[in-house]
Amino acid sequence: MESLAVKPAVAALEMEGVAVGSMRNPEVVVAEGIDWTVAPGDYWVVAGLHGSGKSDFLMMAGSLMAPRRGRYRFFGQEMPIFEAARLKERLRLGLVFDGGQLLNQLTVAENIALPLRYHQNLSAGEAEASVRELLEAMELAPWAETAAGTLGRSWQKRAGLARALALKPEVLLVDNPLGGLDLRQASWWLAFLDQLSKGHRLTQNRPVTLVVTTADVRLWKGHARQFAILRNQRLAVLGNWAQLRAASKELLHELLTDRTQTE
Amino acid sequence: MNIGKLSALNSPQMRAHLRLPLPRKFTNYLGRELFHLLLTVRGLGAFALITLGVIISKFGVARRLIHPRVRQEVARAGLRLLPMFLFVSAALGLLVIGQTVSWLTRVGAIDYLGTIMVIVVVRELGPLATALLVLARIGTANVIELGTARAMGEVEALEALGIDPVHYLVVPRVIGMSLGVFALTVYLIVGALVSGYLWAFIQDVPLRPEEYFRQLAVALSGMDFVLLSLKTLAFGSIMALVTCYHGLAQPLRLEEVSEATVAAVAQSIIACGVVDALFIIIYLAM
Repeated sequence: MESLAVKPAVAALEMEGVAVGSMRNPEVVVAEGIDWTVAPGDYWVVAGLHGSGKSDFLMMAGSLMAPRRGRYRFFGQEMPIFEAARLKERLRLGLVFDGGQLLNQLTVAENIALPLRYHQNLSAGEAEASVRELLEAMELAPWAETAAGTLGRSWQKRAGLARALALKPEVLLVDNPLGGLDLRQASWWLAFLDQLSKGHRLTQNRPVTLVVTTADVRLWKGHARQFAILRNQRLAVLGNWAQLRAASKELLHELLTDRTQTE
Repeated sequence: MNIGKLSALNSPQMRAHLRLPLPRKFTNYLGRELFHLLLTVRGLGAFALITLGVIISKFGVARRLIHPRVRQEVARAGLRLLPMFLFVSAALGLLVIGQTVSWLTRVGAIDYLGTIMVIVVVRELGPLATALLVLARIGTANVIELGTARAMGEVEALEALGIDPVHYLVVPRVIGMSLGVFALTVYLIVGALVSGYLWAFIQDVPLRPEEYFRQLAVALSGMDFVLLSLKTLAFGSIMALVTCYHGLAQPLRLEEVSEATVAAVAQSIIACGVVDALFIIIYLAM
């Protein structure tokens, strides 16, 4: 694992012996024995093949379900946080779903406005300026009043990102952002996440800690700074790209096979 | 609020068990059905208490988002159904009067027309017919909308945003449906009473309008208004809770939504029947 010279006192995410259940069936364990620390400002990619449990892992990290075993802390606070009294702490974490998971009966703009209106008790008019800024940043302005369910999948993902960024989270978990995207869309995502990692005006130029899952690790070379592999119910924490290349595991061969000469 | 944990039938083992072929022994069958009923009642009770808790504890939270949603639901379960209810009220008045007038005339008891209208329309048929129509139009839609939202991961999206799904999805529906059933029952009763007189008038019943309305006023007591309000609010809230529970509290797959809708409708009708029976006991004790 990559050794960082100076680790901040409080990790953004810290897991000790964590076992992850399936969202569909919490009795089924999809990964276990996870020891993993994410420092503020890190940019992690968690790679794994389809069905390896990446999404379940991210849902657990996003506090949608409790770990089956072990301890999981978010900025030193035990997770999951369900209590309303600790909601403010939980909102430091944002989650972007694979398909965007928009509320289909609302428009794109209403979806993005939803967390702002709920947590800041704003009317639709009061939330409009923030929503417009997010729409423009995601190039979604032409579809602002379109019903979310009728939007193409790639744009739904962007709307999901905009909604997650509405409350300016410090940590952002992104589930399979490049899955099913064409090269232009994928490039946009890589560039945008790079900007978020360094500091974007949407987050008041504060660097956002990123954890991203992917089935194709090659596209992340030169973007993410740390890598981990989820396979056989284990999370192998590898470190930077060079360390990822050096690891001689079977899965790495599968994930890094240079079939398209993109490396 | 992690609503996935609410359902007593949540575990896959339990759900698989309850779908096993019918046991051959009658006692086994009876036991399983009883067990099923108890689990459903427990789950519904927990869901109702959680919803009540959320209504109280989050009364002022996000009111600029929730209050418009409540108004939206009142319109959906009330105002938008008004044309249909005006038609039904006219039909109900004709139906009741049409049957009763000829019989009352034969036995010379036409003076009881107002009393019969109050007992049949105000106390029984009005609230029950309204509840069933709202259940058919809005209750089923609730299960389908919420079941689909759950299957599509929208509920998880709300939880990820720190938005309580019960507060955002259930509370407006419960308040909207309760007020909607109450308001529509009032319109249905008024419409049925007026159309009832018109039918009597067409049948040449020797009853002047002032006499008909005097009979109604005599037959109605203050307690009728109180009990009518309580009954309709109970019908609305029970139907909303049962339909929201079946749509939301269980981790559904899309193919399970139709099954959940059928179960929600059946349980809503049974629950309304039980509540109606309780009110009949109160009426008889008056």
